[in-house]
Amino acid sequence: MRSLLIRNGRVIDPAGGLDAARDVLVADGSIAAVAPEIKAPEAEVIDASGLIVAPGFIDMHAHLREPGMEHAETIESGARAAAAGGFTSVCCMPNTIPVNDSATVTSFIVERARRQALVNVFPIGAITKESAGEQLADIGAMKQAGAVAISDDGRPVMNSRVMRRAMEYGRSFGLTVIDHCEDLNLSAGGDLHEGLTSTRLGLRGIPGCSEEIMVARDLLLSQLTGARLHVAHISAKNSLAMVAQARQLGIPVTCEVTPHHFSLADREIVDYDSNFKMKPPLRSCCDVEAVLEAIANGVVDAIATDHAPHTGSSKMQEFENCPFGITGLETALGLALEKLVHTGRISLLHMVKLFTLGPARALGLTRGTLAPGAPGDVTVFSVDREWTFDVNQSQSRSRNSPFHLHQFRGGPVLTIVGGKKAWESQT
Amino acid sequence: MPAGLLGIEELSRDQIQSLLDRGRFYQPLQTQVVKKLDTLHGKTIVNLFFEPSTRTRISFEIAAKRLGADTISISAQGTSLSKGESLLDTLNTLAAMKPDAIVMRHAASGAPHFLARYLPIPIINAGDGTHEHPTQALLDAVTILDYKPGLRGLRVAVIGDIAHSRVARSNIHLLSKFGVDLVLCGPAPLLPAELSGLAAGITLTSSIEDAAAGADVIMMLRVQLERQHETTFPKSEYFQFYGLRLEHVRLARPDAIVMHPGPINRGREISSEVADSPHSVILNQVENGVAVRMAVLEQVVAQPAEAPPQPGAGVSSLPARMTITL
Repeated sequence: MRSLLIRNGRVIDPAGGLDAARDVLVADGSIAAVAPEIKAPEAEVIDASGLIVAPGFIDMHAHLREPGMEHAETIESGARAAAAGGFTSVCCMPNTIPVNDSATVTSFIVERARRQALVNVFPIGAITKESAGEQLADIGAMKQAGAVAISDDGRPVMNSRVMRRAMEYGRSFGLTVIDHCEDLNLSAGGDLHEGLTSTRLGLRGIPGCSEEIMVARDLLLSQLTGARLHVAHISAKNSLAMVAQARQLGIPVTCEVTPHHFSLADREIVDYDSNFKMKPPLRSCCDVEAVLEAIANGVVDAIATDHAPHTGSSKMQEFENCPFGITGLETALGLALEKLVHTGRISLLHMVKLFTLGPARALGLTRGTLAPGAPGDVTVFSVDREWTFDVNQSQSRSRNSPFHLHQFRGGPVLTIVGGKKAWESQT
Repeated sequence: MPAGLLGIEELSRDQIQSLLDRGRFYQPLQTQVVKKLDTLHGKTIVNLFFEPSTRTRISFEIAAKRLGADTISISAQGTSLSKGESLLDTLNTLAAMKPDAIVMRHAASGAPHFLARYLPIPIINAGDGTHEHPTQALLDAVTILDYKPGLRGLRVAVIGDIAHSRVARSNIHLLSKFGVDLVLCGPAPLLPAELSGLAAGITLTSSIEDAAAGADVIMMLRVQLERQHETTFPKSEYFQFYGLRLEHVRLARPDAIVMHPGPINRGREISSEVADSPHSVILNQVENGVAVRMAVLEQVVAQPAEAPPQPGAGVSSLPARMTITL
């Protein structure tokens, strides 16, 4: 494999606190050197003048739909969308058909990804069999097969005793428990955040406290068991306050936010457009502001897309019949730049950390850095190149994004995975 | 997107006013010996009801027929939806047969709004889920104007299951645009606090006495048990605390009118004594429904820009258009 020399870029590596003009040499699938003016006559030279060179981005929360829902996405297409979004690694949630609750399914995903995916794919195993919330899944065997965490994502464990045992058991395998925090009784039947918008549209609401109650429960269980807890797509104000407080108490908790939860509030929903329907729902402005503040204050560890492809036909229905979720892999970086960096809320280094070191640490992955010897995953991006997201040009098989025709300033330029160019911007 | 009528919220005061004027213009026709006009001669209107309905469906059908249109009424049970076809495909199929308008009722909030984005045919919303029921609000306003000189400054109490009521939402938007003082009343689970942000001039109360006190108009709503997906209140004592009885009407202004969109449940939200009292204008609402729906159908279907005047068409046999100031 030919080496790659990325020259003249602004290299940002949060693990070492580096933000300076450097060259990066990737050789034999790993980071070989980060230094000024590297000489490597044999290497293919990539000119990154005016661009940012960062460790490969990690999306710790995506739905790749394979096996079982290949009409919406496959591991191959999802990985391609990830590469186009600047991600070099994607963690896929277990709500496939069948559910990834056994080593067999985990191995299928790992093998399929090895042969077809442009990026690294790390499966997340189910907490309970069929994510039914009752019997623990084969957690140890899934870990052996390649699972990096456990979660029942969209079908969260309601029974606190089962969750306790999952945390205890997962801990013995060093696995983080990722919870989609939602009290399903409180949220039942809801389509949108409970507020003026849901009332105006005559749609049933999902109150913020349906998330907050479960965050509180999980924090207490994490304290009880010592298990590493990761709160997925955190969206409500009190959830963030509780996570911040728990961390001060030494509870081993991390959390992620999605780009849409820091970009949009419920009042911006286009009436009855199902591309604005997801769980957790777009919250109030007050919640969005709390999310932005929590990002700036360091309470949030990672940006994760919750990329949830759905076919056009399933999203072209009466609003209440449409499934939850939007795609997000290709718009995440653009939104983070727009809402977090260009607004001056956080530094570029901080943003890169949320895409790299943050998720790597939450999952215990030895990635997300440009330290010599680390995997040769590099994300090269622009902070000022203007482009428009056209959903019809998306690499994903699905089209359910509220950001169609959104104009971005800055976005992915080159994605290098394992020392090879996985995707390159055409513009 | 062709102009239909999806809701009251997005209409301006002037647009509403012109529909009310036209509705009142058609009122006298309803008691004439010959009621049929040829305004919509040659037009086809499909009434598509995905939810059971008696008065609204018949009212739309009569309104269309009195305007000379051909009408077809379809109820959900008889459509290919039961064969797994999507709503959009069903509507596209209907649209391919080139009706001039589709009048639609659907259990899902926003269903007509969703369809309107994709269909080349104007849609008239005859009630969508718990969202809006625009023609009901228009006929309610016309009914109020039969008894009151204008809308501005009136105190209107809306009592009952506000949370699940499309009638309430449409009325709130309409009456608020005309400067009405609105009091919304119901048990708290049926009266979300966000309602007060829906429009200007809204107050909320859980006391039926407070709501009725000094009211010019009392609008009762049916308790929509079919839309209750959970236990929101104890049914057994609803009438005790939220059923409208004569003792409440006595708290209102002496000339207060009592309205109800129907169907009424005597002994649940309204007592028989009130329903049959001189205050009750429930049947006047039904009567006005036809006139108002004629106005809506005429405006949506007989748009001058789309259809050049036909010989013999028009409403020249009727008196000149009345103007009503509110």
